[in-house]
Amino acid sequence: MKESVIMKIHYGTALGAVFLTVIHILMRMTQDFHQSLEYENVLANYEMIGYAILLELLLILISIHGFNGLRVILLEVNQGQTYEKVVSYGCVAAMAILIAYGTRTILMASLGMV
Amino acid sequence: MASVSQKVSEEKSQTIVSSTKSVTLRIKRSNPKINSEEKFDEFIVPVESWTTVLDALLDVKSHLDHSIGVRYSCRQASCGSCGMKINGKPALACFTKISELDSNNITVEPMDNFPVVRDLAVNFTRLISNHKKIMPYIVSNDSEVTPGDGVKELLQTPADVEKYIQFSSCIKCGLCNSACPTMAMDTSFVGPQALAQAYRYIADPRDKGKKTRLKIIDESHGIWRCHAAGSCSQVCPKGVDPAMGIQLLRSYLLGIRD
Repeated sequence: MKESVIMKIHYGTALGAVFLTVIHILMRMTQDFHQSLEYENVLANYEMIGYAILLELLLILISIHGFNGLRVILLEVNQGQTYEKVVSYGCVAAMAILIAYGTRTILMASLGMV
Repeated sequence: MASVSQKVSEEKSQTIVSSTKSVTLRIKRSNPKINSEEKFDEFIVPVESWTTVLDALLDVKSHLDHSIGVRYSCRQASCGSCGMKINGKPALACFTKISELDSNNITVEPMDNFPVVRDLAVNFTRLISNHKKIMPYIVSNDSEVTPGDGVKELLQTPADVEKYIQFSSCIKCGLCNSACPTMAMDTSFVGPQALAQAYRYIADPRDKGKKTRLKIIDESHGIWRCHAAGSCSQVCPKGVDPAMGIQLLRSYLLGIRD
């Protein structure tokens, strides 16, 4: 993939994540902050389908943005063909694992399996 | 640990006769071909209000230590040969007056982000190869000289020229690359000098090489690795603004401008 396409995704995911985080923070204001962190209330959030989708999107956007940021930092720290391949594929793999694990958590919570 | 030795001129300078002031010039010495030792040699040199760092260096080289390695040529900020770190900041030695430094201790070191050849002279291979890589020439099928038709001009409006003229002032001195924080980390980074030159030719309406150049700089160690620190623009002795050129190039790649 061309670096400019990757960077467009990088900037796009940053903007998207900021937008969704604002909504996420606003949702915290519907009740007292300490109440919003109580176990039952957190689970109740996951059971709202709209909110669960928001959290899933936030997870995907932040994972893509964060792991690409990590890739960029690691490419600057060291150079070399093998190193760069390991870093690029490693970051994509780590991103996929994190998204998969996070999605599993969101699904389990929203389906009442926890 | 760098060692220091001090020498005081007993000879009279040929160039400076009526000097009333003197400064201590600390020169970083090293010769990687022989060993990895680095040291500072100190020399006390007479200066006048017009004395440049290069004048002082050449005074030392003429009268105190002939072995100092320093590259220079035009002495008027045109050739870009005498770039070095002067009191910690990349600058041209011929374009930096000692009186403007406001210090009695002048420390000169080779530029950062370049391999040292000897003392203050550095190797420009990476800078030149990156410069060549971005095709620093007009790519066009039109020629100003056409067989049979004689000579025609590829006309430009003043507005067209304005788009790139400041970038054509680059003298390839390497100060921008020396000041660049990404160059210090990423040995494959193309660098602000080459990127500014890529913009210079892309912005030229006579040029048709935009697509190829954008492809060259749009790679993992290309334009996107710039942190926008802006130090390249701060140190340019010719008033070129590579940081702005880089942002303008990015706007092409992001599709913000055609």
